[in-house]
Amino acid sequence: MRAAIRTRALTKVFRGFRAVDEVDLEVREGSVHALVGPNGAGKTTLFNLLTGFLSPTSGTITVLDEDVTGLPPERVARRGVARSFQITSLFDTLTSREHVELALQGHTRHGFRFWRSERLLGRHRARVDELLEQVGLMPLADKQAGLLAYGQKRALELALVLALDPPVMLLDEPTAGMGIEDVDRTIDLVRRLAAGRTVVFVDHNMHVVGSLADRVTVLQQGRILAEGGYDEVRTDERVITAYLGEAEHA
Amino acid sequence: MTQSVITQAPADGADVAVAASNPRLRWILLAAGLVAALALPWFVYPPVAMDIVALALFAIALDILLGYTGLLSFGHAAFWGSSAYVTGLIATHYGLPFPVAVIGGAVFAMILALPIGYVSVRRSGIYFAMVTLAFAQMVYFIGYQWSDLTGGENGLQGVPRSFFGIEAVETDSFYFYYAALPILLFGMWAAWRIVHSPFGRVLVSIRDNAPRARALGYEVDKYKAVAFVLSAGLTGLAGGVFAISHGFVALTELHWTTSGDVVLMTVLGGIGTLWGGIVGAFLTVMLADYLASSGFHGIDLITGSVFVLVVLLFRRGVWGTVRHQWNSRRRRRTTSGEGTGR
Repeated sequence: MRAAIRTRALTKVFRGFRAVDEVDLEVREGSVHALVGPNGAGKTTLFNLLTGFLSPTSGTITVLDEDVTGLPPERVARRGVARSFQITSLFDTLTSREHVELALQGHTRHGFRFWRSERLLGRHRARVDELLEQVGLMPLADKQAGLLAYGQKRALELALVLALDPPVMLLDEPTAGMGIEDVDRTIDLVRRLAAGRTVVFVDHNMHVVGSLADRVTVLQQGRILAEGGYDEVRTDERVITAYLGEAEHA
Repeated sequence: MTQSVITQAPADGADVAVAASNPRLRWILLAAGLVAALALPWFVYPPVAMDIVALALFAIALDILLGYTGLLSFGHAAFWGSSAYVTGLIATHYGLPFPVAVIGGAVFAMILALPIGYVSVRRSGIYFAMVTLAFAQMVYFIGYQWSDLTGGENGLQGVPRSFFGIEAVETDSFYFYYAALPILLFGMWAAWRIVHSPFGRVLVSIRDNAPRARALGYEVDKYKAVAFVLSAGLTGLAGGVFAISHGFVALTELHWTTSGDVVLMTVLGGIGTLWGGIVGAFLTVMLADYLASSGFHGIDLITGSVFVLVVLLFRRGVWGTVRHQWNSRRRRRTTSGEGTGR
């Protein structure tokens, strides 16, 4: 099977601190792959490297057999890698609908049409409705994102990722800060969305990791500590000492 | 990404969507604005009226960057002034009707903005402001040194006002006002079009959250650069009309204080509103004109104090505050924040 994402000796050094250290990651196409590890293990740095928000100190990244090392974020996005952000990252003054319209327009050149009316964006209406429906935001379509509740913002984040219709989705803590019923709803949603795509996600919630992930990579201090199925990893002794032990006490 | 305090949208959500959802109010405002523009030279000395409308377009052009893209340009005098010079030179040397000369000036401003914008948009926040200032200073010194062409410190004197042989327009500034007004109104319409286009939507997203816009596939720097060039072009239209109106181009049009003045007007009126530019220009010019005619010598002291007061008391500027009050009253009356759609 082809690798959706493959990194070779991927390294990021911040002023001598090796946040990501010689990581060889392989994410199989069509799989749901979790990245776990204690705080500071390098998960978010790895995400930022994979999506072009940071350029690696050394090493290479390929996405669906194409080298994307060092490409800027917008180019990586156009290669079919969409990401959500750990800290909710939206456009506060735009409505939910306007967000999704923007996302749908993102991989066209229509964004440069300064001489046309913004009503032009209305042509995406059916698709926008469909996406908002999927994440349960249809009743709030015309509300400004800055005024949405936390869980609703997270749902909008997912709608944006989906709007890009990406072969590869990277979700940075999709359930962070959610209540238990929202967590289960999000798990269902991600599971549905994962059909026909590759999903890589970071989450601290082991329930989420256990219910979604085909494979789990455990990071510690910027290195891969263990990799395998959830049950395999969870019984790995190094992992228990490094992470799960800690998490279960928490 | 650093964002300066000044370019940050109000935290409680912008009022853009709410205002847009009330088309009737927008038409009333538009009609009132048009009537005011037509009536202005009846109440204000016509050359001063012309200054107000030209500076209003200048402030609106700046607002495309400051209010809608989140970029504080501190070098827009370069586009205003260079267009004034080019317009003046075309009018002087070719004797063309003034609208043609003005378009020539605006095109020149856009060409000048291409390299400046290309380089500047790589920086954001205060660094962007400093880079644009540095470029504008370069343009200033070119204008100062190249005195064969620009008249140096003496400025460009005796710019003719040619208009298809219609003498009333060519000699009387009252009629000239009405001949030049359509150019400036076109500029304002263009700014409105840009802001309310698919492109304008992307600009707002960049202002709110540039990294997010990149993750959606938008080439943020390119969008900023295009916005910069468009803003410079509209600034050029305004500067050209200003030059013809005065029949003279002073070196101060290129000076950094001109860049500062227009930022002041835009902030005074309220950024991210377009209308704010008109209000800001009106208040600034009228205040300066009143103080000058009363023989008072500390004009900058007074305008500066007014500016400080407005910024302290009305964070959103004059127009921004009015609109915010109006919208929050409306929002209280309707049951929730769910707009009426489009």
